[in-house]
Amino acid sequence: MASLKDMRVRIASTKATQKITKAMQMVAASKLRRAQMAAEAARPYAERMDAVIASIAGAAAGSGTGPALLGGTGKDQVHLLLVCTGERGLSGAFNSSIVRLARERALALMNQGKEVKFFCVGRKGYEQLRRTFDKQIVEHLELRAVKQLGFVNAEDIAKKVLARFDNGEFDVCTLFFSRFKTVIAQIPTAQQIIPLVVQAKPAVADGPAPVYEYEPEEDEILKGLLPRNLAVQIFRALLENNASFYGAQMSSMDNATRNAGDMIRKQTLIYNRTRQAMITKELIEIISGAEAI
Amino acid sequence: MATFHFDLVSPEKLAFAGEVDQVDVPGLEGDFGVLAGHSPFVAALRPGIMTITSGGTKQMIIVLGGLAEVNDKGLTVLADVATSLQDLDRAAFADQIAAMEEKLAEKEGSVLDRAIERLDHFKVIQQHVNSTAMH
Repeated sequence: MASLKDMRVRIASTKATQKITKAMQMVAASKLRRAQMAAEAARPYAERMDAVIASIAGAAAGSGTGPALLGGTGKDQVHLLLVCTGERGLSGAFNSSIVRLARERALALMNQGKEVKFFCVGRKGYEQLRRTFDKQIVEHLELRAVKQLGFVNAEDIAKKVLARFDNGEFDVCTLFFSRFKTVIAQIPTAQQIIPLVVQAKPAVADGPAPVYEYEPEEDEILKGLLPRNLAVQIFRALLENNASFYGAQMSSMDNATRNAGDMIRKQTLIYNRTRQAMITKELIEIISGAEAI
Repeated sequence: MATFHFDLVSPEKLAFAGEVDQVDVPGLEGDFGVLAGHSPFVAALRPGIMTITSGGTKQMIIVLGGLAEVNDKGLTVLADVATSLQDLDRAAFADQIAAMEEKLAEKEGSVLDRAIERLDHFKVIQQHVNSTAMH
């Protein structure tokens, strides 16, 4: 049986751990607020971008062949999975759930005889995917040094993806990230970004859609807009991911703090019982010693 | 004067939203002004200065490319980067121009032409910024 001193040491160390998890939870909470604000600030741009692309693409679709980013390459043999995860752990199942979704998709595609390549953003996803798909990871990127996610980071990734697309290295690109729903619910999501899926617009009830004038021509605009949209989608994914990460970290640290509390209670109970047992034993020894005299 | 709704959004934030009288936009193929009741119109932007007039006050915002869309609901500008004239970090902007000039040497053909064109736009903005700063 552990001595009383050992038990005291163990309780103290559990308490220290609890303090750490508590602090991490609070840090995550404050960072979450900032990440959430950033994600919300980026929303209007992305939404309007979607709307504009939908309206232009609708017009361009009628005029014949669109650019490859919109219409695809006509094949779907090679898939690029762009997997965005966090840089750090201690966030519950956050990273694993994104990786799991990507892995399932990859296996399903490979069963169909397709070729799968990976582009990992974030250290954790890379580490997990490397175990099974080491040879298929064509590129990985860490955003560790980045303090504040800027649009530049997303643009950077988009440029790399586009360079590979222009080289004909893949036909379809799917983005994996975690959508931020609430602090306790993050939904790992797969979103196809190349070729772009344009949401069908609901039928317009009030007459035909307005006829736009374009300057320069619509395919010129579309040509400039599509790469930009790619960056915007990636940016949005990164921001959602960031918010999700802190949400996941916060709730997992909350759990850890609570578990540490439970553990401290249990350990203290055992400690006190042992202490009392020892006191009783000593008393018995003293009394029986006195009786013997 | 009739007003219309104007939204200026950049990827990082909603930079401007509200009712305005007139907006002058630097289009890729020439500047244009938008008033209430403009016909539906989509135009690409070049780096330049956008002037927003509302209720007699003028506000200048620097945009570095993007897209403008006019429809019956109003004008929406999707700017790559939007900074108001007061907030612009002049030193950083000058650095950016210097960096672009350096990079020119590596480029050739049509890429070079486009880079020079873009650089010119930047220089025009800088000139404007410096001239207004003196007043």
